[in-house]
Amino acid sequence: MGLNIVVLAKQVPDTRNVGKDAMKEDGTINRAALPAIFNPEDLNALEQALRLKDANPGSTVTLLTMGLPRASEIIREAIFRGADGGIVLTDRALGGADTLATSYSLAQAIKKIGNFDIIIGGRQAIDGDTAQVGPQIAEKLGIPQVTYAEEILDLGKGHVTVKRRLENGVETVKAPLPCVVTVNGSAAECRPRNAMRVMKYKFACSPSEMANKEERIKEIIEKRPELQIKEWSAADVDADPAQIGLPGSPTKVKNIVNVVFTAKENLRLEDNDEALENLIKDLIANHTIG
Amino acid sequence: MTDKNNLIVYCEYEDGKIADVSLELLTKGRQLANTLGVKLEAVVVGDKLQGIEKEIFKYGADTVYKAEDKKLYPYTSNPHASVLINLFKEIKPQICLMGATCIGRDLGPRVSSALHSGLTADCTALEIGPHKDPKTGKEYENLLYQIRPAFGGNIVATIVNPDCRPQMATVREGVMKKQIHDENHKGQVVNLDVKKYVKPEDFIVEILDRHIEKSKINIKNSPIIVAGGYGMGSKENFEILHDLANVLGAEVGASRAAVDAGFAEHDRQIGQTGVTVRPKLYIACGISGQIQHIAGMQDSAMVISINNDPDAPINTIADYVITGNVEDIVPKIIKYYKKNSK
Repeated sequence: MGLNIVVLAKQVPDTRNVGKDAMKEDGTINRAALPAIFNPEDLNALEQALRLKDANPGSTVTLLTMGLPRASEIIREAIFRGADGGIVLTDRALGGADTLATSYSLAQAIKKIGNFDIIIGGRQAIDGDTAQVGPQIAEKLGIPQVTYAEEILDLGKGHVTVKRRLENGVETVKAPLPCVVTVNGSAAECRPRNAMRVMKYKFACSPSEMANKEERIKEIIEKRPELQIKEWSAADVDADPAQIGLPGSPTKVKNIVNVVFTAKENLRLEDNDEALENLIKDLIANHTIG
Repeated sequence: MTDKNNLIVYCEYEDGKIADVSLELLTKGRQLANTLGVKLEAVVVGDKLQGIEKEIFKYGADTVYKAEDKKLYPYTSNPHASVLINLFKEIKPQICLMGATCIGRDLGPRVSSALHSGLTADCTALEIGPHKDPKTGKEYENLLYQIRPAFGGNIVATIVNPDCRPQMATVREGVMKKQIHDENHKGQVVNLDVKKYVKPEDFIVEILDRHIEKSKINIKNSPIIVAGGYGMGSKENFEILHDLANVLGAEVGASRAAVDAGFAEHDRQIGQTGVTVRPKLYIACGISGQIQHIAGMQDSAMVISINNDPDAPINTIADYVITGNVEDIVPKIIKYYKKNSK
């Protein structure tokens, strides 16, 4: 029996390489100015989805992402690794959304997808580290959630069994389908790109990207629906304008400050036996150690 | 607009005890409630809750709501969420605080989604203050400032929820300080009729198996911490840090990069996404000092940095900077400590 699997993924700024122009004046992130990557834990989620697909022939894995039009890059990446296709939910009206407005928008897109058995996403994205969107989507769809998943152990007869990795141990839970599962970074790494798939799907692109392609390639894409990454607007998913983007976000950024730590005066030592021994003697004398 | 509604803390409960993070939040909650001139309330959901209020009252709670049922322990998402959602519809708290634990981070978003209220994860400071909406010019008194690092710790953002209630925030364990308010403080207990709050169909996820172990690693309460970073190079090299820690009676900590590289266990991670520590001595070995790490240890009374890079960022906040190879220096510290301590 084939499953309809939706994978939630996000293209995130690589927070390890943050430049000065990373923030806009209104305190939101200027994503366009940063290197964009596939959110790491969403790759762990993709792997769990692909394993379900391997075990259940006839299944489809559909990526869903919300972001700038260029987020189609991560969908193409997922297709190269084994996913069947995907949707970019993209619209200026969705910009500046907090987690609640984001989860509403994604839940609307999932309702439009309609026929799904399981929704799998990463635990959290590295740009915000909130881990909120998965559970909020589950609530909006009225379905259960399994967070902190490390492995989907079994899926059958309308339920899924999941091993969860918690602070102090592990838990195995059984949840009915459909449900939302969010996957930890401790889960299995995602498989790499498959060379055959890269060849087969190299022209996969979204309507925005297609505009810049040569006529010859446009014709190929038009003939092969599996190369067409979908783009949906807020109106396409019937989103209430009052519940999306900055206006639909209950939380507001009041201000942003750059982190600067006040430097202390310090004593500098080289790797010198006498200096080290004196330091240790001082620390013992003032009861810091010993 | 003055909001006289109360502040509530969701108290996590395991092994007959309220979790430390919840007691830390009660302590913070008491201060915030005093500033606002409102009551501090607590809600605890689980089984075998007899007498649990005694522990909560000491931390200053005026009311403890108890939802007790065999099926409410161990924690599962929907039943606990239903208790909170339905209780909050009744009592309309203006603020709700939760631990940023596996439970709080599972429960908080579900509750905030159902109530359409804003939730800010992993706050590092909470304050009360005014706010003026830059677009509408509307002014607000006494909002909760939810202060949190973002963007890998490179910035700190202050978040407010001007119009939606409750204003919800989660905080990691160890970020706030736990302090008994008054041993003799007494409040009111309200036993909730669980059937009115939780529907049978909420018990939808079944726990088949559970192995919870109290972590043997206790870096949060250790007076001395020997911490290693990615610069240690390998798990084997981390062994000398354990040697030093054994000699000094210290615990071994690690940066996120060292944990991600598999040099140390996750429980040892110090920083914004790990534990916040305030030891009297912090020895940073091969740690460059990314902002997200420094944020979790900057309140250490004394910092010694050992690094072969004299310009490592962590050196700016260190009291002593030892420039050299960790693998040469740490054995010497052990040697001189043994020689001089007797």
